[in-house]
Amino acid sequence: MSTTTEPTGAPKLTDELLAFIAEWKSRPGSLIMVLHRVQQTFGYIPRAVAFEVAELLDVPLAKIYGVITFYNFFKLKKPGRNQIQVCLGTACYLRGGEDIVHAVEKQLGVGLNAITPDGEFSFEAVRCLGCCGLAPVMTINGKVYGKLETGQLPAILAKYRQV
Amino acid sequence: MGKLTLEKLRALREALRREIHQRTTSDRSIQIAVGLGTCGIAAGAGNTLHALTEAIAARKLGNVSVRQAGCMGLCHSEPIVEIAVPGMPRVIYGGVQPADVDELVREHLVKRNPVARLVYESRPESADAGPDASFERFPNQFRIVLRNCGIIDPDKIDEYIARDGYCALEKVLFEMTPEQVLGELEKSGLRGRGGAGFPTARKWLFTKNVPADQKYIVCNADEGDPGAYMDRSTLEGDPHSVLEAMVIAGRTVGATKGFFYIRAEYPLAITRLETAISQARAYGLLGADILGSGFAFDIELRLGAGAFVCGEETALIASVEGKRGMPRPRPPFPAARGLWGKPTVINNVETLANIPVILLKGGEWFSRIGTATSKGTKVFALTGKINRSGLIEVPMGATLRKIIFDIGGGIRAGRAFKAAQTGGPSGGVIPPEFLDTPIDYENLGKIGSIMGSGGLIVMDDSDCMVDVAKFYLEFTVDESCGKCAPCRIGGRTLFNYLKKIAAGKAVPGDLDQMRDICQAMQRASLCGLGQTAANPVLSTLRYFADEYHEHIAEHKCHAGKCQSLLQYRIDPVKCVGCGACLRACPVNAIAGERKKTHVIDPAKCIRCGQCFAACKFGAVARA
Repeated sequence: MSTTTEPTGAPKLTDELLAFIAEWKSRPGSLIMVLHRVQQTFGYIPRAVAFEVAELLDVPLAKIYGVITFYNFFKLKKPGRNQIQVCLGTACYLRGGEDIVHAVEKQLGVGLNAITPDGEFSFEAVRCLGCCGLAPVMTINGKVYGKLETGQLPAILAKYRQV
Repeated sequence: MGKLTLEKLRALREALRREIHQRTTSDRSIQIAVGLGTCGIAAGAGNTLHALTEAIAARKLGNVSVRQAGCMGLCHSEPIVEIAVPGMPRVIYGGVQPADVDELVREHLVKRNPVARLVYESRPESADAGPDASFERFPNQFRIVLRNCGIIDPDKIDEYIARDGYCALEKVLFEMTPEQVLGELEKSGLRGRGGAGFPTARKWLFTKNVPADQKYIVCNADEGDPGAYMDRSTLEGDPHSVLEAMVIAGRTVGATKGFFYIRAEYPLAITRLETAISQARAYGLLGADILGSGFAFDIELRLGAGAFVCGEETALIASVEGKRGMPRPRPPFPAARGLWGKPTVINNVETLANIPVILLKGGEWFSRIGTATSKGTKVFALTGKINRSGLIEVPMGATLRKIIFDIGGGIRAGRAFKAAQTGGPSGGVIPPEFLDTPIDYENLGKIGSIMGSGGLIVMDDSDCMVDVAKFYLEFTVDESCGKCAPCRIGGRTLFNYLKKIAAGKAVPGDLDQMRDICQAMQRASLCGLGQTAANPVLSTLRYFADEYHEHIAEHKCHAGKCQSLLQYRIDPVKCVGCGACLRACPVNAIAGERKKTHVIDPAKCIRCGQCFAACKFGAVARA
């Protein structure tokens, strides 16, 4: 895990995040919006940052942990440089989404919800990306690949590896 | 342009209409729209749009306007390009890749010859000029909610205004009392489109009648049902229609603040909504003193974070408040005690998108569409094993046959229709004998499913109903918040039974146990998620009991889905001894010399199906 935007040492709130928190602090129910912004910045919610957020918003850390772990979207672990999401919503499931999951596992050599040892890829299954018309669907770093066939995977993954 | 008054808005709308009229008639200019919803973009519509713009510039064609539009609902044929040349039929092209663009421009725009190989649909502009023509763009459909989707540029408020946008708000602010608004809604018979079908007028009336210093309007756009994307497309294609309805709701019940709760998984919809909100603010259609009426209303976005239970209204409220999205017992209902304890109206995207049209055309007009108890239309996301998957809007009371075979083009690969699933994890399956049942809230309830939010998933004879029930149960087990025991424990236990059945380890008494658990969950769960989680099991049991018995008694899965029950065998007549299966087998369960018949050792076989996929001679048999 070398090439990331994260500076050395413990991650800290950026100035941009500090400004965001200052703007949202007074609004009721701001915690989830703040966590979204933190994850947008770091790719996950670093523990050290959660401490800072707790302090600034005056919310107990336990409550923040409770919220992070309740919602699927928030991550406590740093994801890979490329994030793969294979859709297992109903339409994708019926049209072979599981085959795509198995094929990606084979390609990456790691199972679901894991990160490759070189930190290049993290891989998760998600429930419905809302592109059911293109099932089965996968996204890499937000780019959608639809009407997928397992045979296409090596070429698609290679594009992200080389960079 | 700055904030508008009523007069200025009307003048602007008139000017925009004149401009459009001129563009489409006297000026004889060519209109091109490219569908840029999430599906379209995923299929490469962004590149197609870019190539079109360049090709038109390169040929120096004047009077051609190319614009982005939202989803037209034809997901199976994306990218979609619609070309309207005055004097020619309006043509919708499907599957237009950048490489096709040059031919399209040369043939259609210059030589006026539509490119037949890409045409999806071609309709003369004047043939459909009835009073409701604008709702009848596609055969067999009636588009109220999707009236602007795929037509206007969702990033331009002017295009919405030109198509009667914010007209209903004008009426509500200056010509109607809140009682009259409620009266029209009541007459229309509109019921909530989020799933439960509660009458919208009653919901609003409850909130209106509760005295409070602050009330809220919340739009539920947390479309978590897997296999459903109606709300995403509506928001991506026509965000203002929902904003306008929220302001109307605010005015009617006396709320000044609205929250938009939307899934974080829908980045494009979020961006388009943000744009729409800021444009509406700039025009003075949101904020203080809207159109000079003295009424103030503003909207804030709140992002969901991936929790299906947050579609339940009390859980949604907890989430908007920044907490874990856990439901609480009702009553009190949110209409009386909702967000931060204040009276709150919570409506789903589709429900709201109907409201401006109802107020413009009248509740009476709306109530003429649909069936006796279910008025208006329903948007469905038609997916699964169907030829033309996509987004459709049909009058309530349309039959499944019409939807699946006439609009959806029938089952893929010529296979047989087995069941349609509506209502997602809270719904049930509908077997072939109900293909001609008119679909409305009551009929779906009677046959053991629900309307749900609008996912309609078509299954064919290669789909196993035990597997389908297992799929949904796994989903609800994952998504159960864990607060109440019937859902937390019952769901898990039910799921374990289904796993047992799929693995061929179930015993005959298991089905009775499962029915008991289902009943307990329905009766004792705290919220809708738990109360309905058993529906997929009950409905598959009701219509496909044979399939369950087959799994349990004979250890067979006819559809070939439940891997543990499959037996692989090599046909000695067909096998040429190429060794492809042997190399593919991950557990060395296949033996055989080159050019001699290979054999599978059932004791070692893990039934992964790799040999089945690898054999080019059809020699591996699966039963």
